[in-house]
Amino acid sequence: MREMTYRDAIRETLRDALRQDERVFLMGEDIGAYGGAYAVTKGLLDEFGERRVKDTPIAESVLAGAGVGAAAAGLRPVVEMMSINFTLLASDQIINNAAKLLYMSGGQIPVPLIIRMVSGGGSQLAATHSQSLEGWYAQVPGLKVVTPATPYDARGLLKSAFKDNNPVMFIEHSLLYGLTGPVPEEDYTVPIGSADIKREGKDVTIIAYLRMVHVALEAAEALAGDGIDAEVVDLRSLRPLDMDTVVQSVRRTHKAVMVEEGWKTGGFGAEVASGIMSQAFDDLDGPVERVAGKEVPMPYNRELEQAAIPTYLDVVQTVKSLL
Amino acid sequence: MAMTLKEMTLEVPAALDLYRRMVLIRRFEEKAAEMYGRAKIGGFLHLYIGEEAVAAGAIPLLEDRDYIVTHYRDHGHAIARGLDTNRLMAELFGKATGTSRGKGGSMHIFDVTKGFLGGYAIVGAMMPIAVGLAQASRYLDDGRVCVCIFGDGAVNEGEFHESLNLAALWKLPVVFLLENNGFGMGTRVERAHAGLDMAHLADAFCIPSEQVDGMDLLAVREAAGRAIDHARSGEGPFFLEALTYRFRGHSMADPMQYRDKEEEEHWRRRDPILLFRQRLELEGLTEEAFDEIDRGVDQEVEEAVRYAEESPALPVEGLFEDIYEE
Repeated sequence: MREMTYRDAIRETLRDALRQDERVFLMGEDIGAYGGAYAVTKGLLDEFGERRVKDTPIAESVLAGAGVGAAAAGLRPVVEMMSINFTLLASDQIINNAAKLLYMSGGQIPVPLIIRMVSGGGSQLAATHSQSLEGWYAQVPGLKVVTPATPYDARGLLKSAFKDNNPVMFIEHSLLYGLTGPVPEEDYTVPIGSADIKREGKDVTIIAYLRMVHVALEAAEALAGDGIDAEVVDLRSLRPLDMDTVVQSVRRTHKAVMVEEGWKTGGFGAEVASGIMSQAFDDLDGPVERVAGKEVPMPYNRELEQAAIPTYLDVVQTVKSLL
Repeated sequence: MAMTLKEMTLEVPAALDLYRRMVLIRRFEEKAAEMYGRAKIGGFLHLYIGEEAVAAGAIPLLEDRDYIVTHYRDHGHAIARGLDTNRLMAELFGKATGTSRGKGGSMHIFDVTKGFLGGYAIVGAMMPIAVGLAQASRYLDDGRVCVCIFGDGAVNEGEFHESLNLAALWKLPVVFLLENNGFGMGTRVERAHAGLDMAHLADAFCIPSEQVDGMDLLAVREAAGRAIDHARSGEGPFFLEALTYRFRGHSMADPMQYRDKEEEEHWRRRDPILLFRQRLELEGLTEEAFDEIDRGVDQEVEEAVRYAEESPALPVEGLFEDIYEE
């Protein structure tokens, strides 16, 4: 199977959609002439022109709201927000309009909108550009929130997002863009709301999403050296959340560790931990443990930043505390 | 000297229809207030009474294919657009037969079959939506115009500036229709806004603008006609400010301690329904014609209440419907 980067997998899927569906257009900050802050949309302006690939002012609220309006009119816009941090300026349009128009209109107005952005830290971008806020959006009925960790999943989930008639928050991670992985030539989708076992194991279930999947896999390798066989479940979507896959894994391993990059208090991992406890309490041999980002604004200094983001060693240590 | 109806290419029957729409808005809302008092309607109820000439002056000029988005004081716009008053009242009553099946309420009236894409209850939130609808029109080259109705409170929101800028930058077919009723909730415009006359704010984005007497239906109609023509011509947005006044409180809970009776009386003497009626009387219309309209409107409003009363509410299973589209 061909190998492809996470970045290229997303670009190829955007290109497919632009080619196949005249209703699809892209708009966002620096997606055209600049080629995208993370080069994801590079070349698309040349191929599709300014009608389909639209640079916008730095004005997040109208960008998101115009996406909602265009979707309400029957188009399938893809809005690039650059960073989840910038969605704070658009959160009213996302939470109050994108998520609720269908409901508030009694089912009259679907909003087939994709909003793309990066989340997470690790690039020394300091406190305002390094946050993992996807758990906030995952709270909102009416939104879908997807978090691909591999090129395969990025393409498959984005394909699904284009077939979905609801607003999809498509969350990418800047440190994954260069990651390569197998991506089939033939058409496929990854269903939104399906978790995936990225590594099978029998001793403990490590649950993660986005870049933390790779941290969990690294931890699993290290644990294997100590004779501990860890299973890694990649949530892939936060809303809808596939608890079945998580619970079935925990029923086999009897132990669970949730890993996330965002802050722990009120974090998404608490939802997963609560779900495990209510659905698989009798199968657990110990408490559901959590590894999360340190509860600090992200510092600029490289060493301090690294200390704030979960590492595989944090995961290894937590797993061992359970055994 | 004001133009005659004929000079405005407004025949008497069409003029009477506009008069009827204003009376219908007023009676519908007076009845809604009564029903609120009887706890048939809950939540917030923001009445448009006093501002009818803006909706009835501008909205009937739109084509069927055009879009309207507006704020939470939205019954008047819905009625001017010809939404079914039975279903509107049923929505206020929270019934399954309401425009949003009872899920939206007074502040969130929608009817896609009429291009009525909603009342938005967060101040300014409809403006980016309008830009997106107009962007779709431009993208599809389908000739639709979007009228975006907002109040003076929205002018101080960031979304106002973001939306005017993008609409102008992309030359989108939007009519920004500002209903300046003098108050953002209970705060007088002068205490909330530091800038120039609001219509001049459009200058910053090279958007042509006009200010109009929002109590004078014909003046609104004339100006709105120019605004809509401009937007449809492909020249980009137009900004129209209508100076108006709400006769009632911000919502039903408002004791109105922030303005005095004299001011209210001043504006009530310029009641838009009264002014237009006087104008029609100059055209030779008599008491009987107005009485007939009043009777028809009263009947329609009574029927709307009966329909709302007798309609079923959604069963509780409906709670989980309309969250996601298949």
